[in-house]
Amino acid sequence: MLHTVNKSPFERTALATCLRYAREGDSILLYEDGVYAVRKAQSTTADVAAAAAKFKLFVLGPDLDARGVRPDQVIDGIRIVDYGGFVDLAAENGPVQAWL
Amino acid sequence: MAEPVDIPEDDEPGEDVKKFMFVNRRAPYGTIYALEGLEMVLITGAFDQDVSVVFMDDGVFQIVKGQDTKAVNMKNFSPTYRALEGYDIDKLYVERESIEARGLTAEDFVVPVKVLSAAELAGLMAEQHVIISA
Repeated sequence: MLHTVNKSPFERTALATCLRYAREGDSILLYEDGVYAVRKAQSTTADVAAAAAKFKLFVLGPDLDARGVRPDQVIDGIRIVDYGGFVDLAAENGPVQAWL
Repeated sequence: MAEPVDIPEDDEPGEDVKKFMFVNRRAPYGTIYALEGLEMVLITGAFDQDVSVVFMDDGVFQIVKGQDTKAVNMKNFSPTYRALEGYDIDKLYVERESIEARGLTAEDFVVPVKVLSAAELAGLMAEQHVIISA
């Protein structure tokens, strides 16, 4: 299944709860303020890097650009997708749980 | 009949100046708080008040360099913070704890900022007449 998270990990527990519920093989897409979770060298990096090793993690490129997060700042193993990629993930992954 | 409005003639700038602090704690695009907060700062600046602007928590992301909102079809308002200087608003502060948690430094921002600790900012906060959160 696909999990989506659109809230900052610094302000809400949406991502933390998502990671508690995600199971092996699940995909997780971070978008809107959720993209702040993908940056290296910040207090959330270790947890998100561990999640990237365990699940299929994706981040929406246009939301990274809007927030000034460069691709080279993104934790290794997290794939950047565009809006078409978002649609593909939703279509290919069965149910979608939106952690708002 | 309406009472005549009393307009003081000696309405010099500099009189009735209050210390306003704007506390920005939200990321720029996920909610409208940041943009609305910026508009309040600009309005207050137009009235020649003593304005301080603080960025803490996710509010520090409002002034991060390199924002490009073309693909999300939203207005990139980060360049507007650079216009604050034109309103004599140059007291811009970021909280040290917030930027450290986010791996940011003072060089990562579109405007010159002073980095202060939460304890130092708390002191400044206590000196204000008005504190507005966004």
